Amino acid sequence: MIKLVGILLVALGFGFRVNALVVVLGAGLATGLAAGFSLREVVAMMGRLFVENRGLVLPIVLMLPVVGLLEKHGLQERIATLMRQTAAATAGRILWLYQALRGGLSVLGISLGNHAGMVRPLIAPMAEGAAARRGELTPATRERVRAHGAAAENVGNFFSDDILVAVGALLLVKGFFDAAGVVVTLEKIKLWSVPTALWVLAIGWWRYRALDRWLAKRKDGAK
Amino acid sequence: MSAGLTLEHFFWLVGLFVAAVAVRLALNPGHPRRWGSAAFWLLLAVAVGAGKHLPAEFVGWMVLAMGLLVATKQVATPHFPDGGEARQARAGQLGNRLLWPILLVPAVAIAGSLVIGSQLALGIGCLGGLAAALWVTKDAPAAPVAEGGRLLEMLGWTLILPQSLAGLGGIFAKAGVGEEVARIVAAALPVTHPLVAVLAYCGGMVIFTVMMGNAFAAFPIMTLGVGLPFIVQANGGDAAIMGTLGMLSGYCGTLVTPMAANFNLVPVRLLELQDDWAVIKAQAPFAAAIWIFNVAVMYLCVYRF
Repeated sequence: MIKLVGILLVALGFGFRVNALVVVLGAGLATGLAAGFSLREVVAMMGRLFVENRGLVLPIVLMLPVVGLLEKHGLQERIATLMRQTAAATAGRILWLYQALRGGLSVLGISLGNHAGMVRPLIAPMAEGAAARRGELTPATRERVRAHGAAAENVGNFFSDDILVAVGALLLVKGFFDAAGVVVTLEKIKLWSVPTALWVLAIGWWRYRALDRWLAKRKDGAK
Repeated sequence: MSAGLTLEHFFWLVGLFVAAVAVRLALNPGHPRRWGSAAFWLLLAVAVGAGKHLPAEFVGWMVLAMGLLVATKQVATPHFPDGGEARQARAGQLGNRLLWPILLVPAVAIAGSLVIGSQLALGIGCLGGLAAALWVTKDAPAAPVAEGGRLLEMLGWTLILPQSLAGLGGIFAKAGVGEEVARIVAAALPVTHPLVAVLAYCGGMVIFTVMMGNAFAAFPIMTLGVGLPFIVQANGGDAAIMGTLGMLSGYCGTLVTPMAANFNLVPVRLLELQDDWAVIKAQAPFAAAIWIFNVAVMYLCVYRF
């Protein structure tokens, strides 16, 4: 039971809004020590895992100079202008299309982009620009549209990657069952991934239509 | 040609960029937390750029030092001037040319991933995008460091949270936390009933993913502790259907946990949102609807096919 001290610390830390980085590092130390490792062993483990997972910062940091430079020269403003001129574009339609495109490409094993590469420079400004066609957005409205942009990226990314090309999740499931001595075919895993992927598209359609309706109603009330 | 180029080169590049930002910061007397912030970014530059060549324990202490700087509030983001009118004017001059570099990045990344590794291809795409952006904007070569540095400082410590969480997951795994939780779930519920078994497995995937921030970490533990013994062995369920929908249930947990920082917290900073939970709140209805669907499909199909 004492090993669960890390989970308790994380729950308490997030509950009391302690800085997340501090909570996570503290929970790592506490769990390692509680499991009987020495302090130096735990610190070495943290260092090794930090270096092994450096790949997580790569796609974000490499994108920052490109995005920063283009934004300095008016990228977001340009996108906003384009969206104002496109009558068919609504925030909801843009987000649904992005989610579908992100998911569709990920069926083929292709990763279109991420929050740093696509959402911040392109998708969020497009959705905001389309929503702003009916007048300036309040900070709260802008925040909501942007959060939905991040959601479109995550939802599109997560739920369709084991359908056609064998990548991470699919291989993990197959590898796990192989190791456990249970016979499972890749084809069957792929087949049973399809219903959820379609359902996610439908849910996206419902969510973004609700967003569009909320945006439309808000504007009418504000003016 | 790509044989000589490895991800390690890109880690060096990221290290150099972050170090350059740290030096710029140290030279700026107007910065609210000049020395603490410079130290934080310099530590990160070394850990990312040269981490492979340093002893693991040394990097571990560096990570803890970064945590200490954050805990004592020595890392801060300055207020950047807005410059909205200048940007509007530039947008008018450059027009759609501004879009090409940002579209070039995924184009190169996707085309390249068919030939070389996808991370490597993305790295090359980013460099190509940067070159194109410099060409289009005719700005000084130092400008990407200044502007990228602005975004880097805006991200702040959130940037290394995903990495630290991956580390926590690794320590949890080493300490055997997962087996402990699976044992408690199995002991607390009447999991021999077919529906209860499905609910416990899919629910456990969510709870466990919420705690670990990663469905991949939850999957082997829940499947071994609850899925295989109670759905497959006790009730004759199909392992492929169970595993597939179980993993997809775990993703619903990923949508609602701050522990999945790279998906749910990094974008909060990247998109400059006020509410730390804004992305999670936007995703919660998705998570609920998808989870219920997964449970229904699993219960209706896993014992039949």
